[in-house]
Amino acid sequence: MATFMPLSQAVSENLRAGDAAAFEGFTHLIPTAAAHEAIRQGVRDLTLIRMTPDLIYDQMIGMGLARKMIFSYAGNPGVGLLRRIRDAVENGWPGPLELEEHSHSAMANAYDAGAAGLPFAVLRGYRGAELARVTPTIKTVTCPFTGEELAAVPALRPDVAFIHAQKADRKGNVLIEGIVGVQKQAVLASKRSVVTVEEVVDDFKDLHPNMCVLPSWTVTAIAVVPGGAHPSYTHGYYVRDNAAYVEWDAIAADRERFRAWMQKNVMERTPDEFAARVAHLRKAA
Amino acid sequence: MTETTANAFTPSEMMTIAASRALKNDDVCFVGIGAPSAACNVARLTHAPDITLIYESGTIGTAPDVLPLSIGDGELCDTAITTVSVPEMFRYWLQGGRISIGFLGAAQVDRFGNINTTVIGDYAQPKTRLPGGGGAPEIATSAREIYITMAQSRRSMVESIDFVTSFGHGEGGDHRKRLGIETAGPTLLITDLAVWKPDPVTKEFVVTALHPGVTPEQVAETCGWPARFAERLDITPPPTELELTTLRDLQARTKAAHDTAAKRREDA
Repeated sequence: MATFMPLSQAVSENLRAGDAAAFEGFTHLIPTAAAHEAIRQGVRDLTLIRMTPDLIYDQMIGMGLARKMIFSYAGNPGVGLLRRIRDAVENGWPGPLELEEHSHSAMANAYDAGAAGLPFAVLRGYRGAELARVTPTIKTVTCPFTGEELAAVPALRPDVAFIHAQKADRKGNVLIEGIVGVQKQAVLASKRSVVTVEEVVDDFKDLHPNMCVLPSWTVTAIAVVPGGAHPSYTHGYYVRDNAAYVEWDAIAADRERFRAWMQKNVMERTPDEFAARVAHLRKAA
Repeated sequence: MTETTANAFTPSEMMTIAASRALKNDDVCFVGIGAPSAACNVARLTHAPDITLIYESGTIGTAPDVLPLSIGDGELCDTAITTVSVPEMFRYWLQGGRISIGFLGAAQVDRFGNINTTVIGDYAQPKTRLPGGGGAPEIATSAREIYITMAQSRRSMVESIDFVTSFGHGEGGDHRKRLGIETAGPTLLITDLAVWKPDPVTKEFVVTALHPGVTPEQVAETCGWPARFAERLDITPPPTELELTTLRDLQARTKAAHDTAAKRREDA
C-alpha cells in the first residue's frame, strides 16, 4: 500500500547504493525532482536503467552516482548529445561507465516482461544490426512453432522505479495521462516504486474508467512535488521548458560550469522549489 | 499553383519538400525528429491531408500545428487521435506491420542504406559517442519501406560506416532476404542535392534526380563513395509556391512558439 511521505524520506528509504534503479518518463513526466534528491543524498554505484536517459542521467552520471547504464537512446531531444554521458564514455570522467545498450523496442519489451513476471522478452528485432555483437544480453531464440529465429533480451527487474504522475487520490492510487510512456511497466517490473505527483485529490470517481491508473497497492511511496518534472512537462499542468533543454547543452559542455550549476541548482535546493520553476509554464498549458 | 524561380529556395528547403512529395495520403508514417518531421508535416498540410503520422512516444494520427522539439512534446499528444504506451507502440504498431514508411535520419550512411547513429570510431573506445539507435533498429526492418533524408557531406555519406545501428541492404543484393527480413528496406535517399534510389539488383543507391541547379560533380564531391548516376537523370521540380509557403509558415510558427517559451522563461 502506497505511503505518503516527503521526497527526501521516499528516496532514502527506497534507493540504496548498488541498486538497479529506473527513473522513467518518455520525454513527458520525467521524475527530475526525485533524481535531484538522489544526487543530494549522494547515492553511489547505481545501475541506471532508462530508455531515454535525458538530462537527469546526464546530471546523475556527471555527479558520479552510476557505474553502469542500461539504455536505448542517450540524447538531449531536439538539441543534440548528452555531454556529461559522452565525457564518461569517451574519457572516463568522473569515472568509467559501463554500458548495456539496446533498442527502444527491446527495452520496452524487457520492461513488459518484467511486469509480466517472465524471465525474458522476445521480439522480432536487431536483424542485421550490430548492437547484438556488442551487447552480450542480446541473444536469439527459435520459435517452437514456426522455427523463426527471434531476438531475446532479459526482463528488466529494477530494485526501484521512480516516476512522476499527475495526481494521486487520498488512498494512494496514481493517475497518469497524456504520453504514458513505459512508466506503468517500469513500476510493475520493480521491487519498490516511488511516485512524485503534482497534487492529491479526494478520489478519481468522475474520471474516465479507462484511464491509466496504478492502484495504491502496486506503489511503495508517494511524494507530492508540484512541478517535479521540470524541465520536462506534466500534461494538463505545465508545458515543456524547451529553452531549458537548449540551455543545458552549454552548461553540460564544460566540467566546471556543470559542477557550479549542480551546486547552485541542485545541491543547495529542495524539492519545494520545483513549483516556482514551472509557475510561468502553467499559463501556456 | 505557380512555380517559383530556382534561386528562391535553399537546398535544405528543396530536400524537405522533395521528401514530403514522396509521401502518399494513405501512408502510415513512423516519423523521426528534425527534417523527417518537417517533411511529413508539409505533406500533411499540402497533398496528403489524411496521412497518418506516428511518433515513437506513442502518438498515433497526430497533426501538430508547430514542429515538436522532442519526440514527445505535448503538441503531439494534444492533436493525436489516440496515444498508446511505448511497449504497445513497438509491439502492435511497428512490429505488427502497420507502418508503411519509416522515415530516418543518420549520422553516417553507406551506399546500401545502412545507418550509423551509435558511435564514430570503435564501439568500446569511441571518438564520438552518439545517442544510439532508439527506435531505428526495428523501424529499419519492420516498416514496409524506409526513406532516409540527410544533407550531403563526405563525413556522413561514407564508404564504410563505423557501426551498423540500423540495417539497410547490408552488403547489397539479397542480403535482407538472407537474414529473413521481408520488408523492402531503404527505397529512397533524399539529400539537399539529389534524389537517390537503390539499383534493383545490387541495391546500391544511384542518383536518379538532381535538384534544380545542382551538377553531378557537386553530388560526387560531397559523397564519400564513388557516386553512380542513372542513365536518365531527372531534375527535381522546384518547390511550388504552396509547398514553400507551407514549409516556411510551419517553421515560422515553430520558431515563434519556441521563442515565446524562451521569453516566458526570461520574464519569470
